[in-house]
Order: sequence, then C-alpha cells, then structure tokens
Amino acid sequence: MENKKIDRIINKYQGKPNSLIQVLLEIQSENHWLPKEALDRVSKKLNVPLSQIMQIATFHNTFSLIPKGRHEVHVCTGSSCHVRGSTRLLDAVQELIGIRPGETDSDSKFSLDTSNCLGCCNLGPEIIVDGKHHGKVTPAKAEDVLKNYE
Amino acid sequence: MPRIDSAAELEELRKGILSKRDPNKPYIAICAGMGCHGLSNDRIITAFEEEVKKQDLKKKVDIRATGCHGFCEKGPIVVIYPEQICYVEVMPGDVPEIVSQTVLGKKVIDRLIYTDPNTGEKAAHQSEIPFYKNQMQHLINNNTKIDPKSIDDYLAIGGYSALSKALLEMSPEQVLEEIKKSNLRGRGGGGFPAGKKWETARNAPGEEKYVIVNSHEGELGAFMDRAIFMGNPHSVLEGLIIGAYAIGSHQGFIYTRHDTPQLKNNIDIALAKAEEYGLLGENILGSGFNFNVEVHFDIGIFVSGESSALMKSIEGKNPEPRAKYIRTSVRGIWEKPSNLNNVETWANVPLIINKGSEWYASIGTERSKGTKLISLSGNIVNTGVAEVPFGTTIREIIYDIGGGIPNGKKLKAVHFGGPMGGSIPESYLDTPLDFDELAELGAPIGAGSMLVLDEDTNMVDVIRFFLDFLSNESCGKCVPCREGIRQMLKIVTNISEGNGREGDIQLLEEISEVAAAASLCALGKTASDPLLSTLRYFRDEYEANIK
Repeated sequence: MENKKIDRIINKYQGKPNSLIQVLLEIQSENHWLPKEALDRVSKKLNVPLSQIMQIATFHNTFSLIPKGRHEVHVCTGSSCHVRGSTRLLDAVQELIGIRPGETDSDSKFSLDTSNCLGCCNLGPEIIVDGKHHGKVTPAKAEDVLKNYE
Repeated sequence: MPRIDSAAELEELRKGILSKRDPNKPYIAICAGMGCHGLSNDRIITAFEEEVKKQDLKKKVDIRATGCHGFCEKGPIVVIYPEQICYVEVMPGDVPEIVSQTVLGKKVIDRLIYTDPNTGEKAAHQSEIPFYKNQMQHLINNNTKIDPKSIDDYLAIGGYSALSKALLEMSPEQVLEEIKKSNLRGRGGGGFPAGKKWETARNAPGEEKYVIVNSHEGELGAFMDRAIFMGNPHSVLEGLIIGAYAIGSHQGFIYTRHDTPQLKNNIDIALAKAEEYGLLGENILGSGFNFNVEVHFDIGIFVSGESSALMKSIEGKNPEPRAKYIRTSVRGIWEKPSNLNNVETWANVPLIINKGSEWYASIGTERSKGTKLISLSGNIVNTGVAEVPFGTTIREIIYDIGGGIPNGKKLKAVHFGGPMGGSIPESYLDTPLDFDELAELGAPIGAGSMLVLDEDTNMVDVIRFFLDFLSNESCGKCVPCREGIRQMLKIVTNISEGNGREGDIQLLEEISEVAAAASLCALGKTASDPLLSTLRYFRDEYEANIK
C-alpha cells in the first residue's frame, strides 16, 4: 500500500490519536490487510506506539495481518442460519475450497471466514462473497456459487 | 440551501416542500433494506429507473429506494403509491409490466400480489396482508414514505417538528420530564428507564457531557435497528439532538457497524444534510443550542456493544468492559458523563415529544410502554421486522404476523435476546410481550430478536452454539467469563455428543452462578442465561444424554 494513500486516510482524521481504530479500519477495507509498513507509518503519523497498534490489530477479527485472497468468502454462522443448517454449509464450503475459516488458499484465490449475523435472516443459510449475498444456499448449491469466481 | 434559523422558517420550508408535491402523483417505493439488498434489489431499482426514463415518465412518477419495509421474507418488495399496491418477490423482468399496468393503468397484476400460503387468499394492498395488518406501526411505517438520503422527504412527513418544539417551546427540564412520564424503557436489552438514565447524566457533575447512539446491533438475529437507522436516519438523529438538549450535552457519537456500507452511507448523508440545514452545529434553529455528532465504527466484535466497552472503543482503545460501580452515565467516555441509548430508543423520542407522554403511555402494558420492533428469524414462515405494541402475545407475533412454522412442523421453543437471552417452550406462547414478564420466565426480550425453533431442534445443540459464540467473543479480560464460558462449553459439548456424565448439570449450574456473580460485564454475567432457561424447560434433553 502506498504511503500517499495511508497519509490521505490519516489526514482525514486530522492526526487525532483516538482515531486509531478508524484509520486501521479504512486501511483494512481499502487494502484488505494491514502490512507492517502501513502500521509503522500509522504509528509515526498518529504518534501512537506500535505495541498499542498491534494490541488493537490482533484483538479484532476484522483486521488481518496477512494478505487476503482475491475473493473473501464469508459463511454466516448466526443463530438463524445455524438452525437452518449453516454447519453443513460451512463443511461443504471448506471441502470445496480446501481451507478453514481464517485461512487463504495457496493461489490467493479465496479467503474463508465465518461471520456473525448480518441481518439478512430471510436468506439463511447464506454465503457472502466480496460483499454479495447468496441466499438459501444448500451444500449442493455452494459449488454453483463459488465456481463463478476466478 | 440557506440554514433554518427559527420555527417559522422550518414551517415555511416544510410548506414549500409540500406545495411542490402532489399527493396523487404515483410513486414507486422499492425496499432497499438489508434483506432486499441481499436479494439484489439494486437490479430492481435500476430497472425501474430505466423503464421510467424509457417511457419518458420522469415528471409523472417518482421512484424512491426506501428503507426496510419489514417483510424481508417476500423481498424484493415494491409498493405503488398512492394506492398502496404491494408486490412481492419482484424480479427485474416484472418491472415494465408494473410501470405500464399498475403505475399508469391502475390495474393490479395478480401474479405479483401476496397469497396467504395457509388460506390461499390474495391481498393486493399492504394493509390487507396479514404480516402488516396485525402490526401497530409508529416507527417503521415511515420507512416506505421516505428516501433515507433525502432530508426533504423527512421534513415532508413532519420531521424535525419535535426538535423545534423541544428546543424552542420547552425547557430541558420539561423535555426530561416528558420522557420520564412516558416511561420509555431502553430498547437495547436492559429495559432501563430512559428518562432516569438521562437524569443521571444531566445531574452528574461536569460541564462536558456526551450522548451516544448504540447502533452496534450485535445480537444474533437482530436487524430492526438497521431497518430504522438505515431507513429513517433523521428520526434517530432528531431523537439524539432532543436528548442532548435535555441532558446538556453538546457532543454526540454514533457507534455503528463497519460491515454495512449502506448504513454508513445513509448516516453520513443525514448528518451532512442536517448540518447544512442548521439542525446540527451552532445555534440550532436559532435556539442558541449547539450540538455536533461524530461517527465511529465497531470492528466486528460482539462485546463492543456493551456500554463501557463501546466507550473505550470511541476513545480509540480496545473495547474491554470495566466494572460498573460507577455508571457510564456518570463516568463514560474520557471519564465524562455519557448517556448511551440504543437506536430504537432514540427513534421513540420525537414521537413522544410530538404526541405527548400521555399518548405514548396509553400504548402497551403497565410497565412496558409503546411499541417494540421485533426481528423474526429461524424456523418461521415470515422472516422480517415487525412492530407491535407491548402486550401482544408471543403467539400472535408468531402465528398472526409471522405466519407460523414452515413445512407443517410444530413449534418447540422461542428464543429471545440472542446469545445472552433465553428460551420459552410452546406452553408459554400466550405470554404477553413485556420486559418484566418475559424476564421472569428466564427469557428477557433483549434487543428484540425472536428466534423461532421447530420440533426438530435439539435444544442442547442450540445452547452449545451460543456458548461457542460467546467463548469466541469474550474479550478475555476477566477470568469468570473467559474460563467459565469455556468450561460450560466443554461440558455442554460433551452432553450434546452423548458423553455427559453424572453431576454435569450440577457443575454447569455452579459455574454459571460464579460467572454471573463475578464477571465484569453483561457478557459474562448473562452468558449462562440461555443454558439456565433450557435447564428449566428442557432439562430432559440434557438428562437423556447423561450416562
């Protein structure tokens, strides 16, 4: 991630140290992970020790310290999806792409994560790929959804 | 747009907006809530825009991408005004026909209207569909009438008149008194009286005070706050400014979800517009009252919805709760008095100021006033958001509004309040929706999610699921929560796999007692509530798996 982009995000918050979480969130959402160089720059610019940044970055699941795949797959494991069979769906997705939640495959094609309820319970059980919801996915239908991603 | 500096200017502006609007002009309200978004409603919105352009109807028809209509199950939903013809499960291919047949030709397209799966009866108008017919809507009903991105739409339905009344005709004490008399109770889960909380923050020592909208909505299966905040952001903002005035705060915070860009977008636009119109910032409506709002985001962690943790997060620190010997309304963000209320609580405030506490207190039960938004999910025919007065029975909500249980199955239990809530069995379905009555049954309302479970559900597995969730989400700061939940999960997992041992139930009860007494925050204190409620009503399911 370029320094220019990082600076633009930091400048938006006028260098306020309490904006640390917001700055990290924006870097994460733009870059999909938090590279060490980016964290160093945030530390310098916001005048927050790197140890404090690491405390935040490792506390939250949303932040990733390793690169993500081209497509981020989330299987909703909220309560409604759970009673509608998300455990079997998650098993099927793991089988299909060969990785477990929290992992990225060796081709950097997919990253897999579970997600807590996103409020689309009418769609359950669901898979969300790069923010797009695929509703009422049976284990058999999961392959149809995922084969469309390159 | 020049800023509004008095009540007269506000009314003039409103008149101006209304005079340009013809109530008979057809408009197409396309639901753009979360449920319909997941069903690719963007394609429907585009299709309508293209069709209207193609037929050169831009001057004759309005299109609104609105907030959630509530009936997520049958989305994408399209309502044609002024007739209120409601079409369900609309596909882009249906759009040209809707425009020419219904919008222009005033004819109902039979294929697209709702059919009751039980009776086969059809309903063309929204008000005839059982899901809507059996509700009492005072909050979510405005969602279909406004584009959340348009402040003019909100003004057209009377928006900000409560703010004008509060700031210009009432003293802060009078506003506080009105909220206290209304008996509004917090909708986030605790059910604590909002007026009392406001009063504590108001009377707390210190010049600088904060007000906060909790829009974290981490409760699994809860999506009503998103429906309101995304669909009608100004109503929440109006409530917040009124609250700030009553408490004596000049800085507000909105704490919301990072993973819902549509919500973030609508909030940002609402704040910018309110500021432009002089409804935020310096000297609001010429009253001399100043108030600003900052938006903060959660980072996908459940415990950050807890008030003291949330406040830590706003300070830029990890959301770890603290012991609340001193309430956050006395010592919150940066140790300053901080009054936090949930989205739905704030949305009720303009209503109370406009219609009066007496009117408000006439709805509901003796100790739970007003209406409540409920998110229906799980094994239910109509997943969605419904608004009912307190006092409505759980049976009415599930069968009359929710349409019952799918696939001809029987109902086994209803679980309230997500991972820290509780379940009631079928035999208690005639209990009215009420903070205290449900809490007594061991199933507190929580934020308002109702997870419906059919006869095939294994209750021990449901509890294992919730404990698993909580053990991942525990922040780890205090031992009773971190270790207690882990041990309870271990034992419940053993039982669910048929490997329970003699004494397991007693051990579970013992651990849950310690976690409840010694944990720092509600996550640990109430982590075992679902477990205890199922031990109360479904004990045989545990015992059957113990050797």
